[in-house]
Amino acid sequence: MTTASVAPNTSIATTDLPAVAVRNVTKVFRRDSIELKVLDDVSIEIGNGDFVALMGPSGSGKTTLLNLIAGVDRPTAGDLIVSGYNVFALNDGQAARWRNQHIGYVFQTFNLIPVLTAFENVELPLLLTTLSPSQRREHVIAALRLVGLEDRMKHLPRQLSGGQEQRVAIARAIVTDPTLILADEPTGDLDSQSATEILEVLKRLSQQFGKTIIMVTHDPRAASYAHIIRHLEKGRLLSNDGNR
Amino acid sequence: MAVPIRYNIRNLKLRKGQTCMTILGVALTVAAVMFLAALRAGLNRAFVHTGDPLNVLVLGKGADSEIASDIPHEALQILRTLPGIATNSKGEPLVSGELVLVILLPREDGLSEANVTLRGTSAQGIELRPGARLVRGRWFNPGQRELAVGAALQKRFARTAIGESVQFGKGPWKIVGVFDASGSAYDSEIWSDVNQITSDYTTAQPSSVYMRATDSAAADALKHRVSDDQRLQLDGMLETEYYAEQTKSGAPIKFVGLTVAIIMGIGSCFAAMNTMFAAVANRRREIGTLRLLGFSRASILASFVLESLLIVVIATALAILVVMPFNGIMTGTSNAATFSEVVFTLQMTPSVMGTALLFGLIMGLTGGFVPAWRAAHQSIVGALRA
Repeated sequence: MTTASVAPNTSIATTDLPAVAVRNVTKVFRRDSIELKVLDDVSIEIGNGDFVALMGPSGSGKTTLLNLIAGVDRPTAGDLIVSGYNVFALNDGQAARWRNQHIGYVFQTFNLIPVLTAFENVELPLLLTTLSPSQRREHVIAALRLVGLEDRMKHLPRQLSGGQEQRVAIARAIVTDPTLILADEPTGDLDSQSATEILEVLKRLSQQFGKTIIMVTHDPRAASYAHIIRHLEKGRLLSNDGNR
Repeated sequence: MAVPIRYNIRNLKLRKGQTCMTILGVALTVAAVMFLAALRAGLNRAFVHTGDPLNVLVLGKGADSEIASDIPHEALQILRTLPGIATNSKGEPLVSGELVLVILLPREDGLSEANVTLRGTSAQGIELRPGARLVRGRWFNPGQRELAVGAALQKRFARTAIGESVQFGKGPWKIVGVFDASGSAYDSEIWSDVNQITSDYTTAQPSSVYMRATDSAAADALKHRVSDDQRLQLDGMLETEYYAEQTKSGAPIKFVGLTVAIIMGIGSCFAAMNTMFAAVANRRREIGTLRLLGFSRASILASFVLESLLIVVIATALAILVVMPFNGIMTGTSNAATFSEVVFTLQMTPSVMGTALLFGLIMGLTGGFVPAWRAAHQSIVGALRA
């Protein structure tokens, strides 16, 4: 049994818990006098090592759910336990530290820092750890090697192709060896070949390294790489047979 | 852990145009502040460096300057006999009764005139001012219509070279020497024989008396003895104290300088703030990404404040480079106490540069804090959608 504590009274013994447990989560956005219920009483459990594709049309709440799991947003109602932590009980600083240790995030638009090299981008999350510079270097090189870009570590993002940028982003997401990898439309801005390369990397992370991955996508081909496909529609999670 | 500083440096380089314009704007403000501070430092130096702490100056009771002071001849004779006065190698007491007047001279450009201090002094008067050295020609002879001109003053007024004549009193006076008084107020004066000047202005009494004390304790005693003696009706003070008071003539410069500095500083704050707001707006998604990766609000705040400070440090360095060549340049102002011109040089001292740097840092901090705060406190989700 292991417990990892970012803050007192927020961690739970992890042994028999799912990687992610979303319980009756609702998210309502308020725009002027209009209320938008983006997530409506959503509950889902994701087991350790699962590769889950979250599908749905635009506006169905997929990214919102991902953001809640990542701890960058808070629900209007409900609970969320991720890697043994009651995420919504963390304050801002605790949540930041928790994300650094437990979450790897891959964006549709890569979100690399333009003025930093591939190496420096991947190193960013490690700057928040207690690793020495030489240890950080080791980890960065290992992550870049895993995505096949060790020879591009001194390149700036503008000197990389879209697929290469996304692979650097994946390296950044995994360099801290997080418990959970969240990917929001990771192939959305890529051509077919690059998309395949990215999906192969994610598949390898899942199968070879046992990473728990939640991937938001509207592409059935991308979803086919996952073990489990779940559908969101108008903020509600459909059952596995397609019913609400 | 902080956001790496290379992130800020490279972002400044990325937007070279905007960064350069902001740097130039801030540099201009810092340069103006430095210039004004150097003026003030120069003026202070001219007065603060004037005088010897062993010299006691005597003025008429209540007079705040030599120009406004009269000392009866009888009082001068009494002062010569006071204890504690040093003597020269000839055994003569180092006491000098002096007559200070104001004469009008044309400026070097010939377009205007200005008042200049004329000091009638004596051999003892020159002796108790060891900081005044003859650099060209000779000192005036007693009983002759001859002048020695301060080196600084000579550079700013026409027809003050050796051999030239100046017209005042009852006729022409010939310039026979130039002296250097080490940047003190005496550099702005013309000296001559007190008796010759007194004869041109027959109703004149001495304006002041300078006495050299044997030591600092004697100087202090002399000062008080003069002031406390009801018969004399005179005020005694150290020469250094008198000239330190004269720095009040710099009050207009100080006021104008401070006002200009504040106005320009506020403008530069807004310029820096504008640049940083633009930086934050352009990098919203990057900020959201950094926050999602785990960087705290404090580290984001510090990063953007640091970026603002980098701009002002570069600007301050540029300002120092631009203004330094003006170090030592001569200028003048009107001394409200003596109604005459005081010549002084701009002094770019370490203190002036330190003031400029501090001013710049305050601008950078003020201009950078609000945008940095906004950067650190924006919603992560909103930032990632940018």
